[in-house]
Amino acid sequence: MSIKSYREAVNEAIVQEMRRDETVIIMGEDVKGGMGGSAGVDEAWGGVLGVTKGLVAEFGHDRVLDTPITESGFIGAAAGAAATGLRPVAELMFADFVGVCFDQIFNQAGKFRYMFGGKAVTPLTIRTMYGAGMRAASQHSQCLYPIFTHMPGLKVVLPSSAYEAKGLLIQAIRDDDPVVFFEHKMLYDTTEEVPDEPYTIPFGEANVTREGDDVTIVAFGRMVRFANKVADKLEAEGIGCTVVDPRTTSPLDGDTIIECVEDTGRLVVVDEASPRCNMATDISALVSANAFRALKAPIKMVTPPHTPVPFAPEIEDLYVPSPEKIEAAVREVVGYS
Amino acid sequence: MSEGIIVVPMPKWGLSMTEGTIVEWMVEEGDEISAGEEIVEIETSKITNVYEAAVSGKLRRITMAEGDTAPIGAMMGIVADDSVSDDEIDAFIEEFEKEFAVLVAAMEAEAALEPEIVEAGGRSMRYLRMGPVVAEGEEEKSEGDPVLLLHGFGGDLNNWMFNQPALAENHIVYALDLPGHGGSSKDVGAGDIATMSDAVIAFMDALGLQKVHLAGHSMGGAVALDVALKHGDRIGSVSLVCSAGLGAEINGDYLSGFVNAAKRKDLKLVAQQLFADESLVTRDLLDDLLKFKRIDGVQDALQTMLKGMFDGGNQALVLADRISELGMPVQAIWGAEDRIVPVAHAEAIPKAQRHVLDGAGHMVHLEKAADVNRLLGEIISSS
Repeated sequence: MSIKSYREAVNEAIVQEMRRDETVIIMGEDVKGGMGGSAGVDEAWGGVLGVTKGLVAEFGHDRVLDTPITESGFIGAAAGAAATGLRPVAELMFADFVGVCFDQIFNQAGKFRYMFGGKAVTPLTIRTMYGAGMRAASQHSQCLYPIFTHMPGLKVVLPSSAYEAKGLLIQAIRDDDPVVFFEHKMLYDTTEEVPDEPYTIPFGEANVTREGDDVTIVAFGRMVRFANKVADKLEAEGIGCTVVDPRTTSPLDGDTIIECVEDTGRLVVVDEASPRCNMATDISALVSANAFRALKAPIKMVTPPHTPVPFAPEIEDLYVPSPEKIEAAVREVVGYS
Repeated sequence: MSEGIIVVPMPKWGLSMTEGTIVEWMVEEGDEISAGEEIVEIETSKITNVYEAAVSGKLRRITMAEGDTAPIGAMMGIVADDSVSDDEIDAFIEEFEKEFAVLVAAMEAEAALEPEIVEAGGRSMRYLRMGPVVAEGEEEKSEGDPVLLLHGFGGDLNNWMFNQPALAENHIVYALDLPGHGGSSKDVGAGDIATMSDAVIAFMDALGLQKVHLAGHSMGGAVALDVALKHGDRIGSVSLVCSAGLGAEINGDYLSGFVNAAKRKDLKLVAQQLFADESLVTRDLLDDLLKFKRIDGVQDALQTMLKGMFDGGNQALVLADRISELGMPVQAIWGAEDRIVPVAHAEAIPKAQRHVLDGAGHMVHLEKAADVNRLLGEIISSS
């Protein structure tokens, strides 16, 4: 056990799985050094944010593959490799780039098992960066996990901390179905105690990170940290918040969410994705259909506005759901009568 | 330090405790307190427990209010008799606070007390060593042979967090992670008691421990007994805490429930059976157990041990009728409300060495730490 960053936790999960299973390979743009680099600087980068640094030195060029800037090509290749015996971990550098390779993901990888009558498995992991806050503008900052959650046949994972990232990524790599693993850019430098040994966290099992009697806050990815912060602050004032981190949006642990709302009677859902057809609307529908009688106040959704992610730093900060907005929402549902 | 003034310090319970919060004072300023009396309830990030006074005397000052949080070693209060003036106490407090600030800085600079790993018998074994605190440059002074603490099934060295520091005031104390547990290798061989006792001897050899006093909890008690029967000359005394190995019955539902529980709420129902006071099963305690159970190899190790030691919900190894063969002092310590191993099993030990403590369950060493520490201290010092 030692303190590790989210970035180190992701790296360690990949390293330990590559050591354990030689069919695990990684591929993607600049995952080792960058195609534009001159000879001898293979390791200069290790991915744009250094997550896969050091891998090529241990596992060599046959298992750590830099690809051309052609998502349609290498994501498709990874799906094919998965269906024919490897366990690829492909990096879709920014989730925003999914537009050019979505057919390979949802029509091919996501449907192989179904279309081949269960005779094919596709142990593919797609790691991808998401989220606002990095001043990366509207084409590199989106939270597109609702689109993947919409597609049967894909598993969708949103680790909210370093401990979660390592256990969920090892689980993803060992899973026999395609998994899309979302890494929030603003979490890479967050740290916590992470075991040195490999371990797995099962999919479809929500983590209740705070327990309180008054409000249930369901939050995803980076928003879990914000929700915890709000819960800790309000606890001192006597407002008890239960915080639920579903960990995976597909499969979704609806039972835990419903049970928590039945206990607290109030729900705030915090989702960094665009507000229409996102996880907040999905969870709200789930709760209103299944725990209607438990509700003491209208459900409150904390989301960004329905706009592209702004580039101007001040407006980007206004765009992202903040602890202050979450706190205001909690106070509103608690004060409802 | 002034004559006649004694500090009531924030205790350290467990590896991860760095600070504690005062929940409630059970005594008031000016009260006469006696050693062993419950005087203040303290909350840590892991657990809430009652602190028992280490000394007797008049509690002249309470320097931390309810709700205050302070690092371990901080002054919670002052014990002094009436011959000490208020001015002297004020001066003492001022001086203490100054020195304590320096000490805290030094403690933070120094690496915290960390468990170590030793290679023994083909496994990595994790252990935590504690001994009497000594000033720099002085030699460590301790009484007699070291003490070795063995946790129970599914536990780890942290289970002794309320006991190891207290025993370490006078002795060198090792708490060990048995194979398959904590930070030790997950290879458990046949998963039987003999595998564990071989590992204990290998550990003692690796550290050059010729002779130790053993205290074992639950499964660890059966291991202690087995070691003492096989290597009597290397064991100074044996303390069996809610011990396995003294009868066939054991709560099989608890054991299989513990092994099979994957979710927090399932594990909570199982873990509650360990305590008389179920509120001691905190979120952090469950988190630590879940984190342990998720590590590669742990599930297999637990299943193998379950089969090797407790197949069909019965204890495979019962040594009750061999107690008389032991040449060293032996005692049994039990929680009267133990729901895992029947308290009747304590009867294998002669009445004079049998201690059944009210208000405690299977984790008697956590729930009645002061009593257990006193009993452990007595047998260790007398043998």
